[in-house]
Amino acid sequence: MSAVAVAANDKAFETVRTPDPEPRPIKIKASDVSVFYGEKQALFDVSIDIPERAVTAFIGPSGCGKSTFLRCFNRMNDTIDICRVTGEMLVSDANIYDPRLDVVELRARVGMVFQKPNPFPKSIWDNIAYGPKIHGLAKTKAEFDVIVEESLQKAGLWNEVKDRLHEPGTGLSGGQQQRLCIARAVAVSPEVILMDEPCSALDPIATAKVEELIDELRENYTIVIVTHSMQQAARVSQRTAFFHLGILVEEGPTNVLFTSPKEKRTQDYITGRFG
Amino acid sequence: MFGYALLLIIAMSLIAYFVGRSAGSRFATNSQEKIHSLPSYHGAFVAVWVGIPALILLLLWVGLQGTAIDQLLLSSLPEQMTEGASASQLNLYLQEIHNVTTGRVFGEPSPEIKAAAERLIRWEAIARWAMLVVILALTIVVLMITRAQLSPRFRARNNVERIVSGLMIFCATLAILTTLGIIGSLLFEAWAFFQMVPVSEFLFGLNWEPQIPIREDQVAAAGAFGAIPVFTGTLLIAFIAMLVATPIGLLTAIYLVEYASDRVRSTVKPIMEILAGVPTVVYGFFAVLIVAPAVRDFGSVLGLAVSPNSALAAGGVMGIMIIPFISSLSDDALNAVPRAMRDGSLAMGSTRSETMLNVLLPAALPGIMGGILLALSRAIGETMIVVMAAGLIANLTFNPVDSVTTVTVQIVTLLIGDTSFDSPKTLAAFALGLVLFIITLCLNVLAIRIVQKYREKYD
Ligand SMILES: Nc1ncnc2c1ncn2[C@@H]1O[C@H](COP(=O)(O)OP(=O)(O)O)[C@@H](O)[C@H]1O
Ligand SMILES: [Mg+2]
Repeated sequence: MSAVAVAANDKAFETVRTPDPEPRPIKIKASDVSVFYGEKQALFDVSIDIPERAVTAFIGPSGCGKSTFLRCFNRMNDTIDICRVTGEMLVSDANIYDPRLDVVELRARVGMVFQKPNPFPKSIWDNIAYGPKIHGLAKTKAEFDVIVEESLQKAGLWNEVKDRLHEPGTGLSGGQQQRLCIARAVAVSPEVILMDEPCSALDPIATAKVEELIDELRENYTIVIVTHSMQQAARVSQRTAFFHLGILVEEGPTNVLFTSPKEKRTQDYITGRFG
Repeated sequence: MFGYALLLIIAMSLIAYFVGRSAGSRFATNSQEKIHSLPSYHGAFVAVWVGIPALILLLLWVGLQGTAIDQLLLSSLPEQMTEGASASQLNLYLQEIHNVTTGRVFGEPSPEIKAAAERLIRWEAIARWAMLVVILALTIVVLMITRAQLSPRFRARNNVERIVSGLMIFCATLAILTTLGIIGSLLFEAWAFFQMVPVSEFLFGLNWEPQIPIREDQVAAAGAFGAIPVFTGTLLIAFIAMLVATPIGLLTAIYLVEYASDRVRSTVKPIMEILAGVPTVVYGFFAVLIVAPAVRDFGSVLGLAVSPNSALAAGGVMGIMIIPFISSLSDDALNAVPRAMRDGSLAMGSTRSETMLNVLLPAALPGIMGGILLALSRAIGETMIVVMAAGLIANLTFNPVDSVTTVTVQIVTLLIGDTSFDSPKTLAAFALGLVLFIITLCLNVLAIRIVQKYREKYD
């Protein structure tokens, strides 16, 4: 509670930052982002740079605002009536909170994978083709077939489902469903993929597969992943940001953050003293 | 006297409760062992045992006292009166005796009857007091027996639990038995009808003219019981109703779930509930006095001959009646689609209407279908609106501006006026009722199955 008070009263709270040894280009730049649910403030002046074609992990105890922050990147917070966002957020140097920006188009560029696999109650093929269809990325059945196959290949699901493309997506196992959701997001060729605890509903084997997939996707996409598992953050991410009670406490290269954290709270959290 | 007996039972139960409870609390303070149940459970146990058997006895007594006394009266009459008398003759005697006791006498009753009337008054007084005494005795005996059972380790709590669940089972069986009884009588009377009119004629005949002569000398048509025109009329009106209600109800639900602001939602929903609470008879005169003339005027502008009680007016108003039904069930179905599904679609960059059309509606479709089927079954069974606004003559037509009749209207008209329970005219109502029951039952079962199957998917 005291951290909130400090952050609220004293804007001078400084996030501890460790730069990358060899800097990467910046894909997303957030400056002083605050989020309010009605009267209640959930995020306090968060500023962070997300590097391109790398995995950035958000960690922190539950309720600290990781998901809230992630939802700012594709303006999913707009779907919550009481939610209000202030500050600036640039994706590829364009302000996404510019009133002239088309949210629908933004969400095609910034895809999202959710905590619980949420395939639509349609066939596997329709699940993947859904995004390309609404964004007009393909016209003929053959073009769609190409997109479906490519996306499933990228999600490492093609071999498992190529003979049952017209069966419902909800009939797959949990891990397959989650990879289907990743394929669905990939199908519209986004630049960024946001993942909110994508493995928390999966068993260890399915989790390993998804982590492997994330590592492959990093070559072509900028990935931001929220996770409650520090091991997972250590395994898949290049940079890690630690949130606590709505403030960004520390961020830096993953190996630095986990081996020599500079902030006491980061240290306490990664050694399991709270959270 | 019934009231006094009831008061007595309540008073005895209260006393029993306090007796049991004080025994319980004495165990609690004095006993070495740990007491099993709280004192109030001891009280409740004794009270329930005192109250329920006495109540059952009271009901039995009240139910049987009349017949018992009547039997005694008959056997007390002089032999030459009852010797060889028919049942209705004996009934007349009893009637006369009862009339004398209430002072409603026509002419001079015979001395035997007068004597019997005096006996009746005396016996009834005795019976009244006997009832009170017996109930008092029963409650005291039961109180003593159950009180003796109480002990520190006595499981009063579990016993009370068992009695309460027994009571609930009893109520549930009562409801089921009543339903079975109704179905049974429906089947029985319909069976009697099908003895007179063959099933095939009823189900496939094209002529419905149930007005047959009741007495030999009446002039009327011979009567025809082909129910097809009645069924088609019902279907026509229900179809028109669904045509009105389904799109409006569904779009209302979509608007409320997906587009309306909280303020709009919180005003529109109560209004829909008011619409659902309007008595159907009010819809009925709305149909007769406003909609039917309006339809007719509009038809005459177009050069159509619209019947004054057109299927269009009745069906249209019935449709308005079931709008809230469809909208609230569709609302539930749409709301039951997990938020994750909606978020998933929005996060793909689809607009709200694309999300609705491609994701929410398909996901909610089974629930919505269930709602529509339930609404259809209501439309088919709806009576008051059609009695007021639809026709009486069974026309075999699908023209919405013609007058048609429905199953429910025919049931009502068949049972109004001179009826006797052995004419096919009256019994036809039961056959129609049976068909109506079977159809709505099937629709409801189907709807419930669909809705349930759909629920399993998301829980
Ligand atoms: N839809 C919402 N309405 C109101 N408060 C919310 C909502 N979503 C999240 N919050 C609040 O915002 C804070 C941060 O939540 P969240 O971002 O979900 O945390 P995390 O993902 O780190 O567990 C919490 O205190 C939570 O109660
Ligand atoms: Mg979260």
